[in-house]
Amino acid sequence: MTPSPDGKPRVALFVTCLVDLFRPSIGFAALKLLEDAGCEVFVPSQTCCGQPAYNSGDRALAKALARQAIDAFSAYDYVVAPSGSCAAMLAKHYPGLFADNPNLAGRANQFAGKVHELASFLTDVLGIEAVAARFDRRVTFHDSCSGLRELGVAAQPRKLLASVDGLELVEMEECETCCGFGGTFAVKFGEISTAIVERKVENIENCGAPVVLAGDLGCLMNMAGKLARNGSPIELRHFAEVLAGMTDAPAICAAAAPQTKR
Amino acid sequence: MTASPTSAQFVLNAHQAFEDEQLQKALHLTREGFVANRAAAAARLPEFEALRDSARDIKAHTLGLLDLYLEAYEKKVIEAGGTVHWARTGEEANSIIIEICKRHGAKTVTKGKSMVAEETGLNDALAAQGISPVETDLGEYLIQLRHEMPSHIIAPAVHLTRDQIEADFRRNHADLPPERDLTEPTALLAEARGVLREKFLAADVGITGANFLVAETGTSIIVTNEGNGDLTQILPPVHIVLTSIEKVVPTLEDVSQILRVLARSATGQDISVYTTFSTGPRRPGDPDGPEEYHVVLLDNGRSSMLGTDFADMLRCIRCGACLNHCPVYQAVGGHAYGWVYPGPMGAVLTPSLIGIDKSAPLPNASTFCGACESVCPVRIPLPKLMRHWRERQTERGLAPQAQRWGLGLWGFFARRPDLYRLATRIAMPLLAWLGRSEGRFSRLPLANGWTATRDFPAPQGDTFQAQWRKRTKTAAAHGDGE
Amino acid sequence: MSARAEIFANVRHALAVSGNEAPRRRSVEDRLRHAPQGVIPARGQGDAAARLALFRDEAERVSADVTELESAQQIPAAIATFLHDRNLPARLRCGSDPYLAALSWEATGLHVEKGRADPSDLVCVSHAFAGVAETGTLVLTSGGDNPTTLNFLPDTHIVVLNAADIVGDYEAAWQKLRMVYGKGLMPRTVNFITGPSRSADIGHSLLLGAHGPRTLHILVVNEGA
Repeated sequence: MTPSPDGKPRVALFVTCLVDLFRPSIGFAALKLLEDAGCEVFVPSQTCCGQPAYNSGDRALAKALARQAIDAFSAYDYVVAPSGSCAAMLAKHYPGLFADNPNLAGRANQFAGKVHELASFLTDVLGIEAVAARFDRRVTFHDSCSGLRELGVAAQPRKLLASVDGLELVEMEECETCCGFGGTFAVKFGEISTAIVERKVENIENCGAPVVLAGDLGCLMNMAGKLARNGSPIELRHFAEVLAGMTDAPAICAAAAPQTKR
Repeated sequence: MTASPTSAQFVLNAHQAFEDEQLQKALHLTREGFVANRAAAAARLPEFEALRDSARDIKAHTLGLLDLYLEAYEKKVIEAGGTVHWARTGEEANSIIIEICKRHGAKTVTKGKSMVAEETGLNDALAAQGISPVETDLGEYLIQLRHEMPSHIIAPAVHLTRDQIEADFRRNHADLPPERDLTEPTALLAEARGVLREKFLAADVGITGANFLVAETGTSIIVTNEGNGDLTQILPPVHIVLTSIEKVVPTLEDVSQILRVLARSATGQDISVYTTFSTGPRRPGDPDGPEEYHVVLLDNGRSSMLGTDFADMLRCIRCGACLNHCPVYQAVGGHAYGWVYPGPMGAVLTPSLIGIDKSAPLPNASTFCGACESVCPVRIPLPKLMRHWRERQTERGLAPQAQRWGLGLWGFFARRPDLYRLATRIAMPLLAWLGRSEGRFSRLPLANGWTATRDFPAPQGDTFQAQWRKRTKTAAAHGDGE
Repeated sequence: MSARAEIFANVRHALAVSGNEAPRRRSVEDRLRHAPQGVIPARGQGDAAARLALFRDEAERVSADVTELESAQQIPAAIATFLHDRNLPARLRCGSDPYLAALSWEATGLHVEKGRADPSDLVCVSHAFAGVAETGTLVLTSGGDNPTTLNFLPDTHIVVLNAADIVGDYEAAWQKLRMVYGKGLMPRTVNFITGPSRSADIGHSLLLGAHGPRTLHILVVNEGA
């Protein structure tokens, strides 16, 4: 690893497996935001943070994936993820996985201290107050649970969104209530997950914003999937796409065909 | 009424809850009130968060010294003229109570609200001996009329609508004239109050639970808003407290700390209307109060939770905040959980008390949104404890097969980054191509739980890592890379 | 093995209690002896006037009525007026509390019965042991002076509270109680009462007078005022 020649913070992007596989445009938006903020960004070879295994009770697999991620990401100044849920897994849960192993616990703690959720990193660590982007839409913001409750991410993305030209943020009722995704929960308890997301959709529709932003692709896929099934024209995007001015890709669940802009 | 647990069929129970329009209506009506009221009460007390820490620490301290605090408590009860009985199981607790009732020739007993009595199935046990138990908490009374279990630990009849209550009264109250107008809730309340007042006065024994026990003084404490617990315990000649061993706290100062977070977390009141501290039986010169005072202390698996991952759960003060803030509870209500304790606290406690084999879905039925932990007045890490149950299930091979296979397959690739990149580099563009016209899938194999009601987004195409590698290679070829 | 022995054995086994438990015992004894205070809300920590004002606000917030009197001698007349205004019969029940017994009830024409409450009593009068400003809570103790049934059986409960007995917080009420009853000793029943009885179990609306009194009327006697 070559040290950064000009003292730029060396940031490893933990892109998350959902973004890697389903919506790389979020990863590129995060990349642009980090580079614009003066970081040197690296993308180490990566797979999954282990959260699905961890939350399903498969601690052994979670540990194996955690070791893999710690090995791949420890050489950088910071590890940043465009996801509150994956960042919380790395920052809040990795240390506990190795609590019984003093050697690894130290490494896991050190690693955890470098991990940040994207919006929190930009504002809390880098002190960014504003981005140069334009988005002439009314948007509402869904607070994803892990980012909100485990990492305290709520004000940071809103602050950055407020600096986007033309963007108007309209808060929905119960923006801090779970959307019903919950990883494998959404499939294992599909009927309950559906009831929860229906309520979320009701709140989204009641607030009148045509665009929903959030910081976790899992939640966005769930809300978008429900809205699309309902035939709703409401668009869902990761906030990074808007902050980076990279909103050319069709919204989540939207067809690639030419979009009519409202 | 305690039935055998149906927690194992949580998914089916939940399905029935969605079919039940009355229930959905009631859940809808109540879900926002509890949340808003708690938030307002917490906001009104600047020391609230510090008090949560204090409450947590008091309970943790006591549990670590539980044997000694129980000894101290027992000694004080005896000094005050009361009797302490110990019960390993629900059956033992019921037998002790039945024996006391029989000794007094009891025909009817009044009952204050007690989740522990639900746990032991006391009402059925009493009825089987020809002793009729009358629930006096209005909510408990309403569900007793319906032979149901409570659906909420502090608002047991929260699932019932006014219309259902009127119908139940008309069916059960023999002296209620058919022409009496019960349209107004106040008329229903007056009807219930009148019927239950007779029961209070006729009861031979009064049975209450206890929110707390105080080791310093040998005192049992009940917290109510109606005053039913007080009428239950001061009118009959015998007062029996049925509660469990983890309810003890050291001192009156300690219980005062916890009282400050209990009602605020439960209903958003600063304190409940009646907090009653009872110590022993009636004293010489007292014109009222029971002549006998018995405390039945139930273990029922709690002692074996100490020293394990689940010991934190014994801090629970049964406020119900975790239920009120849980999106799953809000959607399905309490009965779906299939036993006495619903919601997140039930998802942790029920497997400890009846076995994980009989309650396997409960700790899995959570999105881990963390709302429960964020409001718990004694800061129980509920998601962590639910996760521990999931880990136990995995260790014992109790996890569902589909989940094990799915995770195994995912793990196989996720642990081999090169293979993962190769496989996803091929699979994702293919999936993207399949979903290209709509941008989403309305059906996917093995994901019916999702796609029955929701579309699934199609991937954009090449994975991020594939694109990134292409990009850095191109950059390197142009000589401006690393 | 008896149930008791087995439960204790299980608890001690689970807590991994080994031979030397002197430090554990000391910890318990210390705590029980010293009863350390925890977090005390600042809002109850004002002077007597502030405590009275806060008590009143908080009690009214939970639907209790509060009337201030300048002397104990005004109590019978205040009660007579209250009953008259509410269209209630001029009769009440109270215990043998010497403070209440010393008042001249005859002049008011009120019929006063003594002893524990009877189910037919509509109005009972008690003398509170203390008031707690932080939540507008009354503290009542059982016994012949103020039988506990008075607090729960009537439809209207009138409670006389001396302003000097209003403390800031629950902990201060316990201190006061220990002064009277002794450390570690309690009357059979201590009732904290905060507003009139209520329930939200029927139709999700909050209704007063569920089982206990529908009306809680507090007469605060502030002789220092």
